[in-house]
Amino acid sequence: MIIVVAFLAIVIGIAAWWLSTQRIMSKPWLEIGVIDEPPGARPLPTAKIGLGVFLAVAGVLFALSISAYSMRLQAADWWPLPVPRLLWFNTGLLILASAALEWTKAQSRHANLDAVRFGLISAGVLTLAFVIGQLVVWRELVGEGYFLASNPANAFFYLMTGLHGLHVLGGLVALARVTSRAFSADEVGGERGGLRLGLELCAIYWHFLLVVWLVLFALIAGWAGDFIEICRQALS
Amino acid sequence: MVDVPLGAAGVPPAEVEDVELYHPKSWLTHYVFSQDAKIIAVQYSVTALSIGLVALMLSWLMRLQLAFPGALSFIDADAYYQLITMHGMMMVVYVLTALFLGGFGNYLIPLMLGARDMVFPYANMLSFWFYLLAVVVLFASFAVPGGPTGAGWTLYPPQAITAGTPGLAWGIIMMLVSLMIFIVGFTMGGLNYVVTVLQGRTRGMTLMRMPLTVWGIFTASVMALLAFPALFVGCVMMLFDRLLGTSFFMPEIIEQGTRLPYGGGSPILFQHLFWFFGHPEVYIVALPAFGIVSDLISVHARRNIFGYRMMVWAIVAIGALSFVVWAHHMYVSGMNPYFGFFFATTTLIIAIPTAIKVYNWVLTLWRGDIHLTVPMLFALAFIVTFVNGGLTGLFLGNVVVDVPLSDTMFVVAHFHMVMGVAPILVIFGAIYHWYPKVTGRLLSVPLGQFHFWVTFLGAYLIFFPMHYLGLMGVPRRYYEMGEIAIYPQSAHDLNIFITVMALLVGAAQLAFVFNLIWSLRHGREAGGNPWRACSLEWQTPVTPPPHGNFGKELPIVYRWAYDYHVPGAPEDFIPQNQPPLAGEMASRTP
Repeated sequence: MIIVVAFLAIVIGIAAWWLSTQRIMSKPWLEIGVIDEPPGARPLPTAKIGLGVFLAVAGVLFALSISAYSMRLQAADWWPLPVPRLLWFNTGLLILASAALEWTKAQSRHANLDAVRFGLISAGVLTLAFVIGQLVVWRELVGEGYFLASNPANAFFYLMTGLHGLHVLGGLVALARVTSRAFSADEVGGERGGLRLGLELCAIYWHFLLVVWLVLFALIAGWAGDFIEICRQALS
Repeated sequence: MVDVPLGAAGVPPAEVEDVELYHPKSWLTHYVFSQDAKIIAVQYSVTALSIGLVALMLSWLMRLQLAFPGALSFIDADAYYQLITMHGMMMVVYVLTALFLGGFGNYLIPLMLGARDMVFPYANMLSFWFYLLAVVVLFASFAVPGGPTGAGWTLYPPQAITAGTPGLAWGIIMMLVSLMIFIVGFTMGGLNYVVTVLQGRTRGMTLMRMPLTVWGIFTASVMALLAFPALFVGCVMMLFDRLLGTSFFMPEIIEQGTRLPYGGGSPILFQHLFWFFGHPEVYIVALPAFGIVSDLISVHARRNIFGYRMMVWAIVAIGALSFVVWAHHMYVSGMNPYFGFFFATTTLIIAIPTAIKVYNWVLTLWRGDIHLTVPMLFALAFIVTFVNGGLTGLFLGNVVVDVPLSDTMFVVAHFHMVMGVAPILVIFGAIYHWYPKVTGRLLSVPLGQFHFWVTFLGAYLIFFPMHYLGLMGVPRRYYEMGEIAIYPQSAHDLNIFITVMALLVGAAQLAFVFNLIWSLRHGREAGGNPWRACSLEWQTPVTPPPHGNFGKELPIVYRWAYDYHVPGAPEDFIPQNQPPLAGEMASRTP
């Protein structure tokens, strides 16, 4: 559970830092009059903050699964799965998708609508390929006899890749909406900047999914296991 | 005087971007699939209160079995465990969490902050419908073969999904699915509550000017967002264990000579996940109650809240600390004694900010102009009850005291006092307080007083004796004492007494339900601000507030929410949106 507590400590740390900028030392009973936000502090768009809070929630979800994984890892009956070659390819796809969205974001700043459309479509295709790739990995493993219930390592593998995959699918829904908006819009900055904002949110979410995937992949491949072991020994 | 840029009388209207409201087109989108936070709040509250009544009746049946074993033929051991499970789960998750965050959160956050609505109204609407779906699934489990699960509200594996526990076939699956739906729905609502506080405040409403109610609900929402995923992960894993044969939580089990296909799972892992959610859950319920009670006391004692800053810090500190105390629910799980020591220490530390809050409530009352209105009665009763329940919490927080008391009626008495009765008292107080804003009419006072005294005294008559039963060693979760009935006759008599009281108090809630319905038509007209309170929800131009809450322009906030009895002011309260009065600046020097 140390992992999830550490993750929460980071979240709480960010919250504490933010609170410390909110005049929590003020004495409201002595203050009369309008208090405005300090000039120059441009408020973030609401949707972006909403996404940030959601990422904290999703982050806890993954931190908890990783916590559970690392607790279970120590038992003697844990036989790690082989790492299918395809997982490397899938990882590459997800990195490309993330990079594609970042590139699209840069293009949207230059108001290059065609490039934005192209970037969105390619990110979508790459991500879809990632999801299909993951499903192929599942089939391969099942074909080789690594069933969900035959070993805890397998169960955790399917559970964590499944959870991640569902989050990717959810992201694809959002991406589809942004893409359709890009194809109906006449210019990038139209609709009160809705397209640009949606693009930015998608990019953030994709980077998050990529980081989560890299951590999960490291765990599955067994490198993180050694790391956890070292941490555990350092603690005890 | 702190240097604050002064808003003159003619300040320009709020610079907060006015949101574009969704405009309902038909009766259906207006009242049923509504995106208005106030309607969603009423939907949440009515649903949660109805479930509360059902859960109350389940507890009646349990009490009848405990007092008169075998008197009701349809309650066998299986049924008893199903009653326990459903009563606990309904009350904790589907009543208290939903009512405080979904009900009060939705109603009060936008109004108190001077916002037109929540920031994501569509997700807000979905949140309620997910909640309702979760409730439907939960209740459907009464109708499936084998009935609902009887695993206890903690759903501990392995017994939750092994033979012998009622509801193995369907009940447990429905329960897990229902919880997962609830969590998804709550996440949508919770995002709304948090982001609305961050983004939706009107001009001048700084964080440190928010009423404590909003602080409580805000912090609790953040906690719930971070804690519910633990339950979600636990539910998913157990569902895998039950349906797909994995062994996340299931150790090797030999059942009547045959070895089950499970092996190697860790039941303790589930306990960690469950209580990582379960302990913050206590404060998810308690913090909104703290906040609401602070406001009720301040308004009805006509006095500013004592130590506002301290109250805010205490709420935040409790919220953060509550994430590192979960293992005090697991002292008897065989964990490393050093862990027990750590968790006992953090548990006792959390008593400090909590005690600060209690002192501040009492100091707010000190020399206040106390009006014993019905909401105030409930608020005062909350303080007493919370202190009572909190003190036994200190007992149980110590490992050496907890081990002998674990799984006795003492624990039942403790948590019913601290997170059953205490928050329910606040809920009642809050409903009596805000009902006039929701409906435009006051609840009947004589009925309210009757309801209060029976509920308050009755709750003590029910739960105080349980402490004694617990100290005698009477275990919880036992359907009857049977052959091991080594307890004196007095314990049995006490059980009968408790049951009679439970029946009476439960029946008295009908007075409350009747009051709610009757006053809708026949209550006294309340006007916009019957309690002469400062916070923004009482300053709406129209009562009950229409869609969009405030008139053409959003209010501008010039002061905090507790300006009662300000010397030199024309009235004994100054609303938050009242521009500075002549000479007021000079009188407020530190």
